[in-house]
Amino acid sequence: MVSGDLKLRIKNLKRYEVSSRDNILKEVLKNQPVDRALPVIDIPVTTTPLEWIEALKVRLDLLHVTVHEVTDYAAIKTILQQEAIPQERTVTTIAELGDVSVYIENVKEDAHSLEDVDLAIIPAHFGVAENGAMWVTESLIQYRVLPFITQQLAIVVNKKDIVYNMHQAYERIAGTQYDFGVFIAGPSKTADIEQSLVLGAHGPKGLTIFLLD
Amino acid sequence: MHSTITNHADAAINFNLDEPRVDWHDKTLWFIREKRDLASHAIPEWEQLREYASQIKNNVLSNLSQYLQDFEEKAKANGVIVHWAADAAEHNQIVHSILKKHQIDRMVKSKSMLTEECGLNEYLEHNGVEVIDTDLGERIVQLAQEPPSHIVLPCIHWKKEEIGELFHKHLGTKKGASDPKYLTAAAREHLRETFLTRRAALTGVNFAIAETGEFVVSTNEGNADMGAHLADVHIACMGIEKIIPKQAHLGVFLRLLARSATGQPITTYSSHFKKPQPHQEVHIVLVDNGRSVHLGKEDFRNSLKCIRCAACMNTCPVYRRSGGHSYHNAVAGPIGSILTPNFDMRANKDLPFASTLCGSCSNVCPVKIDIHDQLYKWRQVLMKEGLGPTTKNASMKMMGWVLSKPALYDISGKAARMVLKYTPFVVSNKLNPWYKQREMPAPPKESFKEWYKKNRG
Repeated sequence: MVSGDLKLRIKNLKRYEVSSRDNILKEVLKNQPVDRALPVIDIPVTTTPLEWIEALKVRLDLLHVTVHEVTDYAAIKTILQQEAIPQERTVTTIAELGDVSVYIENVKEDAHSLEDVDLAIIPAHFGVAENGAMWVTESLIQYRVLPFITQQLAIVVNKKDIVYNMHQAYERIAGTQYDFGVFIAGPSKTADIEQSLVLGAHGPKGLTIFLLD
Repeated sequence: MHSTITNHADAAINFNLDEPRVDWHDKTLWFIREKRDLASHAIPEWEQLREYASQIKNNVLSNLSQYLQDFEEKAKANGVIVHWAADAAEHNQIVHSILKKHQIDRMVKSKSMLTEECGLNEYLEHNGVEVIDTDLGERIVQLAQEPPSHIVLPCIHWKKEEIGELFHKHLGTKKGASDPKYLTAAAREHLRETFLTRRAALTGVNFAIAETGEFVVSTNEGNADMGAHLADVHIACMGIEKIIPKQAHLGVFLRLLARSATGQPITTYSSHFKKPQPHQEVHIVLVDNGRSVHLGKEDFRNSLKCIRCAACMNTCPVYRRSGGHSYHNAVAGPIGSILTPNFDMRANKDLPFASTLCGSCSNVCPVKIDIHDQLYKWRQVLMKEGLGPTTKNASMKMMGWVLSKPALYDISGKAARMVLKYTPFVVSNKLNPWYKQREMPAPPKESFKEWYKKNRG
């Protein structure tokens, strides 16, 4: 009897949902105003890619991001080794950096196992000069939580992959496939206590960006 | 600290008892308004962006039925489970049923004004589900058992010493400690443990894209991502007006949102959720709760364009000097004052009057909502319905009578000047609301009419 009762309740619940959907759509259709056309978005960019990189560096500085301009992965390794603390758990999703940190090729374990990662080094598809945001998708980081759960984050981006504004950014994203994607602009932060800026609210306390030639 | 007064003017009187604190609150919010100005003035095409955003949102409202169906179809194809809720009660039931199905009785939640509107936390707690808010500001007001007073800065009305006291009591921080860095670090440790042990996470939605079925969540702290990526079940709740047509439109809205809200060029994280992770369930709850009816009101539908940046609150001289709780709703300030009467005109009849109609709100709105015009229109509706303030009813009638009789008008003016000159205590007393926090002006010697006769006549 109990299971029968439960089945009936679930059936009722389902009916409720189906009818809510139809009722909402019916009411919306009845009340929505006559069609208003979408605008054609046209924001011309007059500056040059070289200027975008300079603008990006200024922006990243304001976001408390450490920036290194490097010519190759060997230079990144040198910097990482100079600043490395032996007992720290450092992981990367960049094969070229596999000999200075633990290379994560694909998802093998539960994401919770990343809770003690001190430094994660990941690539970005591209960066945006106007706001310092780096576009990262799941395929570049393997674990979605990696850039958030790590104590410190480092992002490697090619200088040729800098755009100026968010309109150009979405032109680049258009048509690409991703299950999860995120713009990351600086370290995690909060100003909830009397508007005092504090870095490292829940996510990384610091962000380093390597601008690669 | 939190009052349950449901009349703005009365609550504002309470808020104004502590004048230095009101000055502090006022200055803090003005500081954010100034940051918004700096950020928006740095973009030459700012006005063009506002116009685009307004036009996109107009298009959304005029095609909402189709966009909702497109979004549902795409989201389902992405492997997301889509629910529809007619009202707050159904929304709460849906969330609870998802948790029950997975036998989950503890959940983390990132900022969602919709769930505040629906009273989800109370409902779940009543049903034995523990909810922990993870945005730092929201966690602070949750520990204090208060609602947020601001949609972007939930504890803007709290001083750091008070937060230190609260954390000492609940999180075991050092007594007397008030350093924001120290307090934030304590909250980080406390919430990290929470993120790692909860199997369900609820987030809000900033934008849902009809074209792709993905939804975007913006945070500075990373709390939405910490919760959602570590959970087996991710529930995202959104009002039906949060849809935008195309992915490319995010370029417009993400440029406007954070600049308008806090003066940042973009929030630290703008997360695009498209497909669930393997072994993860993602649910989207589309909530009406009065919005479809609101859509049918020609004079008031524009307020559904709102992207919840709170620029109108930060700039509002009344909000800054009365505090968010005076508006007794999840969304306060000018935008709350035009949204909430759609939902319940009687319960919120005081709010359209909680404004000077200065128009600053409309000037800063990134989607060009005619906020102060709607405040004025709501006043007209409320007066017609007999819901206006009664003190105004009597004085307006008297005024109308006097103005219709020129001789009586002259005598009244003379009498008023005499009163102000010889017996100022008649008006300069506590019974006259205009005397509060003000000095009455010195009376002129003669009326304009008398002066004109003498000098030009």
